[in-house]
Amino acid sequence: MTPVPIPAGRVKTLKIDGRDVSGYENQTILEIARENNIHIPTLCNLEGLDDIGACRLCLVEIKGLARLLPACVTRVQEGMEVLTDTERLRRHRRMVIELLLSERNHVCAVCVSNGHCELQSLAQTLGVNHVHVPYRYPRMAVDATHGRFGVDHNRCILCTRCVRVCDQIEGAHTWDVAGRGVEAMIISDLKQDWGASATCTSCGKCVQVCPTGALFVKGKAVGEMTKQREFLPYLTLMREGEK
Amino acid sequence: MSDTPRMPARIRMGTIWLEGCSGCHMSFLDMDERLIDLADKIEIVFSPYVDAKAIPDNVDVFLVEGGIGSDHDMEVIREIRRKTRVLVAFGDCAVTANVPSMRNGLDVGAVLRYGYEETGQPIQPQIPTQGIPALLPQVLPVHEVVPVDVYMPGCPPSADLIHFVVGEVLEGRLPGRGVRARFG
Ligand code: SF4
Ligand code: SF4
Ligand code: FES
Repeated sequence: MTPVPIPAGRVKTLKIDGRDVSGYENQTILEIARENNIHIPTLCNLEGLDDIGACRLCLVEIKGLARLLPACVTRVQEGMEVLTDTERLRRHRRMVIELLLSERNHVCAVCVSNGHCELQSLAQTLGVNHVHVPYRYPRMAVDATHGRFGVDHNRCILCTRCVRVCDQIEGAHTWDVAGRGVEAMIISDLKQDWGASATCTSCGKCVQVCPTGALFVKGKAVGEMTKQREFLPYLTLMREGEK
Repeated sequence: MSDTPRMPARIRMGTIWLEGCSGCHMSFLDMDERLIDLADKIEIVFSPYVDAKAIPDNVDVFLVEGGIGSDHDMEVIREIRRKTRVLVAFGDCAVTANVPSMRNGLDVGAVLRYGYEETGQPIQPQIPTQGIPALLPQVLPVHEVVPVDVYMPGCPPSADLIHFVVGEVLEGRLPGRGVRARFG
């Protein structure tokens, strides 16, 4: 069976960081930037999952617009002039990382993901060497009721990659977000123990896509939790072929 | 002017560990033979490495390991700040409160009861109160208590990073965001 080509739409030309680039009208600034090896930092975005524009790390400046727009959910337009690396953006990105670090308890030294964590490495590359806002130090739970995996809410940044991969790829929709603001938490089923979940297939996709040490395989000690993400683009590609 | 040969000018350095594990100080010693060169440029005026009892006046640079976890830490860090030109938050416990902060979501009384009365098999279970500092409700990063000039993350910071930061301070520079080190 030959895959049906997806109509890509009209071609748009624009400038990113002064470079002339082009893309289809249904593509995002982030996609075009990546195709042209222009690096924009991201956290909630993951190739193969729908974008939701939640983390605000990918904010870019657009000439003529006062407000900043998230590159992962902004489609390209003819004549757009995009800046991806200005002092204003660097300041915003550091603030995002600092807020994430202060919101829960990130004790990297004793974390399963130490050395393999997207939040930790973004802090380093963006030059966050301390946090200006006071830490909240909330008391958060660890759910270790599942036979193979655990969730440590102390390390969760609510990117919802786990929610989306479980819904969009595995089709189980075990995960969800409950509560608002700082009270927001990821929950399994109807806020039940993960181990008691009737929908979880124990596939482990959520664990592999989680950018931090929040979702982990049991039995991993400090720094041992490395994640495999290569499966995701393959799965989406294969699904597209089946449509 | 006296005609005694002038000693090369050395900067006055202090180091201390508050609520930390001494790992950052171990990492300092890991500078190995580079310490010999530093010894010509630095005079250690207060430190667990030397035998000084009181925080001296007029310190050029103070490396502070550990978070602020007790009333004693609180007093000492304020005194250090008053007497120091460049205060360096030395390692994750000083920068983020790190592992000691894991008690921050708990009640101090409950922590002490658990530590002294409920775990192990204490011979005379009692919470010590005489001659030891009282714990604060939460362990705080140093910069939440006094202004900090240089941040050196890492658990512990590598000997190379310590060497870089000390070198910068010796040259009269504050590395600021130039310190690109990983937490943990
Ligand atoms: S999840 Fe990442 S940033 Fe948080 S403690 Fe673990 S390694 Fe550090
Ligand atoms: S558990 Fe991990 S993947 Fe899920 S929302 Fe939290 S940080 Fe994101
Ligand atoms: S990657 Fe765009 S908002 Fe998170």
